[in-house]
Amino acid sequence: MTSHDHPHDHDHSELSETDLRVRALESILTEKGYLDPAALDLLIETYETKVGPRNGARVVARAWTDPAYHARLLKDGTSAIAELGYAGRQGEHIQVVENTPSQHNMVVCTLCSCYPWPVLGLPPVWYKSAPYRSKVVKDPRGVLGDFGCELPETTNIRVWDSTAEIRYLVLPMRPAGTEGWSEERLAELVTRDSMIGTGFPKQPREIP
Amino acid sequence: MPTNAETAQKAVQAVRSIPKDADGPVFNAPWEAHAFALAVTLHERGLFTWPEWTVALGEEIARAQAAGDPDTGETYYLHWLATLEKLVAAKGVTSTETLHRYRDAWDHAADRTPHGKPIELRPEDFASGIA
Repeated sequence: MTSHDHPHDHDHSELSETDLRVRALESILTEKGYLDPAALDLLIETYETKVGPRNGARVVARAWTDPAYHARLLKDGTSAIAELGYAGRQGEHIQVVENTPSQHNMVVCTLCSCYPWPVLGLPPVWYKSAPYRSKVVKDPRGVLGDFGCELPETTNIRVWDSTAEIRYLVLPMRPAGTEGWSEERLAELVTRDSMIGTGFPKQPREIP
Repeated sequence: MPTNAETAQKAVQAVRSIPKDADGPVFNAPWEAHAFALAVTLHERGLFTWPEWTVALGEEIARAQAAGDPDTGETYYLHWLATLEKLVAAKGVTSTETLHRYRDAWDHAADRTPHGKPIELRPEDFASGIA
């Protein structure tokens, strides 16, 4: 038995056919000196917000305004997100983890294939970096500090490591001072980082 | 000669079929953004002009349509990727065989990499050669 003989073994990584072909091109072109991977990453990063439907913010805003949706979302994230028109392409399961005054959640995974990009868009470069991954597990509070976020000492921090089958989406706490806001307006407060757990939603004064 | 968003914007103007919104190109998946950025980078390196690219891409799309592709936009970057592969081979940068060998090596690398570790290509990934 070689490692090739485990089509149902989900412990190892999977790349789609197109990912394989793109990676083949990238490694050949890098070896031949046509490509600087760092420059390519920089260019791609400019499209961070342009990949995927980004309905994560809509999901969060709906959960903030609709208690029944909130309950469905926490019970079965995949189905509740599908209600808003998103269906996972690879059948991956999305679990929603809710921030509360006593618990803050953060998500980690080094591979972009394990990032819920259909809801969150393109993973930021730092999310895939080894320093983020290793530090967030050992020192999540320190990582939050690196992002300029502080939590009370009494708030417990839980780190969720994505697996091949489960992707996590953080449901941040609704900012104070947004009583009576529409779902659309609330969605503007929801940042990508707040759904990874490395940031908080914007405050009402930060949007026009 | 830094590759930047400005040169990418020129690509969007030159290749009118690129799916876009008011701010620029949009992608359905991360690999599509990679494929787009690869073409922008190779164009900057002088490997092809945008008119040349447009012709090659147009041929690829016509071929796919003839073979039954509905051409609804979902498959746009598949044609883009196929065009990239054909052009780099036609320009002698690499060969179709080498592309296949590297594709298989990446498949092997993914298979032996435990979940959560970055997938990296190693010499042993080329040794396996088993289908």
